[in-house]
Amino acid sequence: MGNYYQPEIECASRETIKALQDERLVAQIKHVYANVPYYRNLMDEKGVKPEDISSTDDLHKLPFISKNDLRDAYPYGMLAVPKSETVRIHSTSGTTGKRVAAFYTQHDIDLWYDCCARAIMAVGGTKDDVVQVCYGYGLFTGGAGLDGGSHRVGCLTLPMSSGNTERQIQFMLDFQSTIICCTPSYAAYIAETLKEMGYTADDLHLKAGIFGAEPWTQEMRRDIEKSLGIKAHDIYGLTEISGPGVSFECEDQSGMHINEDHFIAEIINPETGEVLPEGEVGELVFTCITKEAFPMIRYRTRDICRLSREKCSCGRTLIKMAKPMGRSDDMLIIRGVNVFPSQIETVLLEQGYTPNYQIVVDRVNNTDTLDINVELTVELFSDKVKDISAKEKELAAAIKVMLGINPKVHIVAPKSITRSEGKAVRVVDKRKLY
Amino acid sequence: MEVKQISVFIENKAGHLAEFTKVLADNNINIRALSIADTQDYGILRIIVDNPDESIVTIKKHGYVCTVNNVLGVSISDTPGSFSKVLEILAENDIFVEYVYAFNSQTEGNAYMVFRVNDNAKAKAVLEAKGVKVEA
Repeated sequence: MGNYYQPEIECASRETIKALQDERLVAQIKHVYANVPYYRNLMDEKGVKPEDISSTDDLHKLPFISKNDLRDAYPYGMLAVPKSETVRIHSTSGTTGKRVAAFYTQHDIDLWYDCCARAIMAVGGTKDDVVQVCYGYGLFTGGAGLDGGSHRVGCLTLPMSSGNTERQIQFMLDFQSTIICCTPSYAAYIAETLKEMGYTADDLHLKAGIFGAEPWTQEMRRDIEKSLGIKAHDIYGLTEISGPGVSFECEDQSGMHINEDHFIAEIINPETGEVLPEGEVGELVFTCITKEAFPMIRYRTRDICRLSREKCSCGRTLIKMAKPMGRSDDMLIIRGVNVFPSQIETVLLEQGYTPNYQIVVDRVNNTDTLDINVELTVELFSDKVKDISAKEKELAAAIKVMLGINPKVHIVAPKSITRSEGKAVRVVDKRKLY
Repeated sequence: MEVKQISVFIENKAGHLAEFTKVLADNNINIRALSIADTQDYGILRIIVDNPDESIVTIKKHGYVCTVNNVLGVSISDTPGSFSKVLEILAENDIFVEYVYAFNSQTEGNAYMVFRVNDNAKAKAVLEAKGVKVEA
């Protein structure tokens, strides 16, 4: 028997979930049409009325919304309940432009924490665990979400927030934390610092990690698992939809179960908007069917991934999404080739480099240039220039094989690439194309 | 005699070398010999210091990537042709010189050279057989 928070949902039959989704979708569409003028206008423009939606099979009739709509409607334009019913705001980091603010009623918060509790139990969490939450607390959803989920499960919760890494490690040692929640790049940074402080994974009591909020590769997962002595699990979410816990990875580590009783997932062709059959790769779209204050209908996430309903060893029947392989908006087009930073990261880790890199794209004499700065490690260093330049050439060749583009590789000093303790700045696009 | 040489990775940016040498100065580490191999992006600074083992600990502690290699210290007379003679002996014995640099000897009339070769033991043997002084 697995470790579930709400087994009646997590292991429900497809029919049960579908019936729940149908009923909730119909009610949700009535709710937004009646209470959000922005949605009413979009639906009217498309000629679709709430009566036209009688089940999830009618989902495709509804208009999409995107981050641009949220920017247009900022700050209160998307609010679907009276302001007096809301209890909290969370907001995006604003790295891709104007920030987005999402509202929550108490009910929204409760359901969101339930989703995070499912994620914690899916990695084996019980009330006996000590959960160290080193996601940022505050406007960012990471800290609040996992904190809430951890309380729901009854774990001893350490609300560390991010940063002050030596103190994080000290708490980990003193309170024998068993589960850590943070961004994967911060987990890697903690592992580095642990080593510098003269400790090893054997000094820790960690058994599992829940890592999300930024893309990471399987190689990075293995590195973190080895250096912290844990099983590393992915978690997915976005502020617009609720925060972390929209989907979560179980002990099978083969994709993230989507909390389908709250969120309906679709995969679409990002160019045409056409819904793709299950199993195909495309842009992930979510519809929130239980949210009251800020219900997103067919929200385009820009994340590129694939859905699968294959039977999972954990016993959950919730559909699984593969780790996003890129974002339709941070995909770089270099000399006409689609490039995802994750592809470059995969090569770096395979060749023994650290995941600390920066991709610099520029345009010189009307030709795109691709420069990759990677940090040197002791293992790669030599007293002979020809050894280091051979390694640079070897890496450039491996990236050429992966992308079909010849990059220029520059080896830089360790820790010289700016890392934020939240998200790593991995792409610098200097081209002025617009 | 083999000598311990410390090689340090230094980015080719203004002030980086000064920053590193300040670490040496602050820790009272005296440079006996040095050479820099530079590229557009970075340089490899190779140094010979009085207390290599302690110095390495200090350098690593300051976050620098470094490595230690055994090199040959060769003393030659400070006269035309003596360097050429050493290289000739190495070439005749198929010993490949990766790099070499020179510095002042404390002994009057001698020059002191550091050789990085592919076979230290063999190089030492063939040089000494020809009367070249190989030392620390």
